[in-house]
Amino acid sequence: MSLVEETLQKQFGEIIVKEAKGEPKKAVFDKALILKVLAFLSPSLLLVLWEIFSRLGVVDIRLFSSPIMIFKTMVPMLYSGELLYHTFISAQRIVLGFLAGAVPGVILGLSMGLFAPIRASLMPMVSATFPIPKLAIMPLILIVFGLGEASKIFTIAIGVFYLVLINTMAGVLNIDDIYLDVAKNFGASPFQFYTTVAFPGALPMIFAGFKLGMGTALLLIVAAELSAAKAGVGWLVWRAYDMFDIEKMFVALITLAFLGYIFSYLLEIAEKVVIPWKNDRR
Amino acid sequence: MVNPTEAINLENLTKVFYARKKKIVALENIDLSVREGEFLCIVGPSGCGKTTLLRILAGLEKQTWGKVIIRSKNPEKPLTSMVFQGESVFPWMTVAENVAYSLRIRGIPKNERREIADHYLKLMGLDGFADTFPHQLSGGMKQRINVARAFVSDPEILLMDEPFGALDEQNRLILQQELLKIWEGSEKTTLFITHSIDEALVLADRIIIMTAHPGRVKAIVPIDIPRPRDILSLRSSPQFGALFQEIWRLLQEEVLKAQSMELKN
Repeated sequence: MSLVEETLQKQFGEIIVKEAKGEPKKAVFDKALILKVLAFLSPSLLLVLWEIFSRLGVVDIRLFSSPIMIFKTMVPMLYSGELLYHTFISAQRIVLGFLAGAVPGVILGLSMGLFAPIRASLMPMVSATFPIPKLAIMPLILIVFGLGEASKIFTIAIGVFYLVLINTMAGVLNIDDIYLDVAKNFGASPFQFYTTVAFPGALPMIFAGFKLGMGTALLLIVAAELSAAKAGVGWLVWRAYDMFDIEKMFVALITLAFLGYIFSYLLEIAEKVVIPWKNDRR
Repeated sequence: MVNPTEAINLENLTKVFYARKKKIVALENIDLSVREGEFLCIVGPSGCGKTTLLRILAGLEKQTWGKVIIRSKNPEKPLTSMVFQGESVFPWMTVAENVAYSLRIRGIPKNERREIADHYLKLMGLDGFADTFPHQLSGGMKQRINVARAFVSDPEILLMDEPFGALDEQNRLILQQELLKIWEGSEKTTLFITHSIDEALVLADRIIIMTAHPGRVKAIVPIDIPRPRDILSLRSSPQFGALFQEIWRLLQEEVLKAQSMELKN
């Protein structure tokens, strides 16, 4: 340190200079692309490993089959229209059951959320019956509705109903009081309370209920098609079980996964259309 | 004692309620007349029952004792509309739908609604935002929507509960000026709650100062500043300073009283 610098330092204390020169950093790899490749690679790798292990005999083919064997079973089922037929039957039951459960679920949920007396009188029954596993009611449903379509649709409906009802009610109860005050202040009728505040305000929760309900619907369709069905993807699973046709069973399972994916995708789109005011929060 | 130039008479208005088994007197023996077309500001320490008073006038709450007399000139118009304190714009409606809400409630057809809404959107500087959703807008913009929504319903009496309380100083000044502009064109009987003496002075024909627990009318100060008013020249006038002092002296006592009461509890 020179004498000048030393005297300067004594006078002003230490002087710290931070200077930067250079270019903004550029990413060498596109991060989003890498993540996409990873998301594609890992399941593919699993399939390849499954195939290799089944060929090596590490995995028992009789129990777990192999991807190529499953694929070979699937193609003719697709061509013959057999798979499509069963998928259609199940999809129809799911849609009808879902609607039959969701519509009353929303209406009752809104009413219970808006009006305390309705809530007070219906809540005990809802709380008492909600925990009963829906599968346990199935024999009763079969006795009441018979072996036809009605029993299958009702089984799904009852599962969807509770989840939609409870979510809708919670959605209405979550609406800030101030919005109800605004509606009251401008003289909204009870019906307008539903249409302008309760229903739109609860929509995000209603859709949460729909998604949960759809999960339950897929679960129940397999159970419903176990008893007294002649078609459907669930029936296909049980049929394959009876025949010990592991490949066919896997094909049915894949179809169920596909059905679930499609339905949740449709709900996702519907949500974006119906709740535009929530879109960019996600 | 009914005077035709008076829009509102409150006689002996008292509101008592119980909170955690403790009796709380929110309002006590309020006697007050509001002239037709008057802009009345209410100031007072927090918790003096100002909001309760407005909610009683709006029909959202009921008084315990006393009389509320509201003179309606035009029975087809809604009696009151309220601009609430805090976030009250419906997030699930677009700006235009929010502003036209009262018209929808009254069953006015959609295109007619939109026409009326557009007029007020323009007045409040909201044109261009008609079809956006509120969550994309700032707090100042949302309060504009609230004010426009109340004006669209065209009530006989406008009730505003600290509408600009949550805004920053700059937005507050701008909105005060806009409110003056839109109000001076309508001459609506208005009750306006505020914490800010500045705001009350700029807007009011008379300022009511309320006492702390229980809420009573402590003083009424007439503000004889001619209209139309301009915030800038008004704030720099000597009259403004003198009135500010007068009101602050009255209010200060109450604020200190409210604070010492809070300490005792």
